Amino acid sequence: MNKVADNRGWLLVLPVFLLVALSALIPLMTVVNYSVQDIFGPGSAYFVGTDWFTEVLHSERLQDSLIRQFLFSGAVLAIEIPLGIGIALMMPTGGKRASLVLILLAIPLLIPWNVVGTIWQIFARGDIGLFGSALTGLGIDYNYTRNTGDAWFTVLLMDVWHWTPLVALLCYSGLRAIPEAFYQAAEIDRASKWAIFRYIQLPKLQSVLVIAVLLRFMDSFMIYTEPFVLTGGGPGSSTTFLSQTLTTMAIGQFDIGRAAAFSLVYFLIVLAVSWVFFTAITHMDKQK
Amino acid sequence: MAEITLKSLAHSYSPNPTGPEDYAIREMDHVWHKGGAYALLGPSGCGKSTMLNIISGLVRPSDGDILFDGKRVNELSPTERNIAQVFQFPVIYDSMTVYENLAFPLKNAGKSKEQIKKKVAEVAAILELEPVLSKKAKGLTADEKQKISMGRGLVRDDVSAILFDEPLTVIDPQLKWKLRRKLKQIHEQFDLTMVYVTHDQLEASTFADKIAVMYGGVIVQFGTPRELFESPNHTFVGYFIGSPGMNLVEVSRCDGGVCFDDMVVPLSDELLKHIDNKGSKNLKIGIRPEFVNVVDQPADDTYECQVRDVEDLGTYKIIALKLGNQILKVRVDEDHQLNGDVVHVGFPRQWLKLYVDEFLIEEQAE
Repeated sequence: MNKVADNRGWLLVLPVFLLVALSALIPLMTVVNYSVQDIFGPGSAYFVGTDWFTEVLHSERLQDSLIRQFLFSGAVLAIEIPLGIGIALMMPTGGKRASLVLILLAIPLLIPWNVVGTIWQIFARGDIGLFGSALTGLGIDYNYTRNTGDAWFTVLLMDVWHWTPLVALLCYSGLRAIPEAFYQAAEIDRASKWAIFRYIQLPKLQSVLVIAVLLRFMDSFMIYTEPFVLTGGGPGSSTTFLSQTLTTMAIGQFDIGRAAAFSLVYFLIVLAVSWVFFTAITHMDKQK
Repeated sequence: MAEITLKSLAHSYSPNPTGPEDYAIREMDHVWHKGGAYALLGPSGCGKSTMLNIISGLVRPSDGDILFDGKRVNELSPTERNIAQVFQFPVIYDSMTVYENLAFPLKNAGKSKEQIKKKVAEVAAILELEPVLSKKAKGLTADEKQKISMGRGLVRDDVSAILFDEPLTVIDPQLKWKLRRKLKQIHEQFDLTMVYVTHDQLEASTFADKIAVMYGGVIVQFGTPRELFESPNHTFVGYFIGSPGMNLVEVSRCDGGVCFDDMVVPLSDELLKHIDNKGSKNLKIGIRPEFVNVVDQPADDTYECQVRDVEDLGTYKIIALKLGNQILKVRVDEDHQLNGDVVHVGFPRQWLKLYVDEFLIEEQAE
């Protein structure tokens, strides 16, 4: 077959190129543009090269909030993934009870972020909140607006309440996809409950767990609204995570150049960590 | 190893069965003897898988008892019954190597490392899995995976029985034959009780010493492949076994024998007495295509037929003949020549079978 070289063929990809350009490339390049200039006002912008990046990477405030961010995401994954798997394993497998549990689980996922923040802001108050006053009533010294530990505890609990159902639902769907024959074979092979989990359920859940880990990492790493409403980043800056620091910088201080450089670094961190997770999990079984 | 007895066993999947049509297995008594190689043959939905799952303990029968060596085991789990079972589609443990897969049942049974190693090596050799032992089971082909599934059943030599639920469905034809031979060898070598479910008569007859044919939740015949072929005791067995199946013609009682269209088939007085005693209108005669005599010249006991179709299958021919309004299939040698469109057929007495209400009626042997 003779191939006819006709460069007009490239025109056919133009619509896609335009779409990607408008949706991703142009906004991103604007940020890149800001990140290498010092802008004082319309018409008075100066090229500063990588100065903003150097400054951002050396800023103690940002380093601190980056560490807090990693701690938070780490804790979220460490709690929500095992808990989600556990809930999925305990859920009924069919019938009306299964539907009921599914609906109950899905409710937190449907609540808007700032409403979740508000709910917990009131729920955890020591004077009028059901949860807060119950703890106080038990004689526990609990106050999330004053005590750093309590603030972290409350923010984590809120995130676990809000997002563990997502992990549980993903795992539940993964578990339902395992053919009955696997359980029958395991019964015939005299496998213990633990062995069934370790050698059948967990390996079969691998692909949904990749999705769950990635989603929960990315979302928790970019968390903004809920802790902002609940603690406002306090006490002090103990629950101020990356996106809140960024917003304060960009909107509050109108520090466009620094904020743009920071945004790019932020974006690259999310991208890099997601890539590491994805590669690690998908290559786990290729080793050996 | 155990003798497995089904006593007045019946099973319904519905909690409140109202009639026989609600039963996947209708009440039956049956014995699977120690060390036998059996096939359970039947069409889809006849209850053969249900029967297998009842034997293994994955399904509890709704009525009757199941006994292992005379002991009632209805409530025992597959583990307690010590049953091995191989399923239709390969079940492997993805994250384990082939070796670990084969060792898994032994490990769960608490066997020592040396015992496991020895037994796995033995089974791997039989199934020719040695080259892949250290590989992950996940990346293997469907038939290698199914060999692993079988291997997990075979490593346990102390089992009461090994049950196979259409294990060769996913296997290539050439390999199917090889694996069937292997199973047969294994049966001879280890002297295990094996029950093999299939809907393929060839598979059943190469594997088993005795075949149970199931139809509509009932075992309609239990016998050697030869018995099933030569004297099927239910019209379904006649039709299901053999290729093509038995010719079955609906007939009615008439003077001196039975009739269809305007032909009379004479029968012995003894058989006619049976028919009259039963008083049933559901009468059929059957003859295997292999046993019909095809001749060129008419004789007293032959019938004239039109040749409708000749199918040459290499080593033999299948001829479709029109006899009255019935189509009769006849199997003849490849070198059999037909002269013209008209032939004459005869039905040898010993191969002509009479069915009343679908069941075989025979003369008492003198």
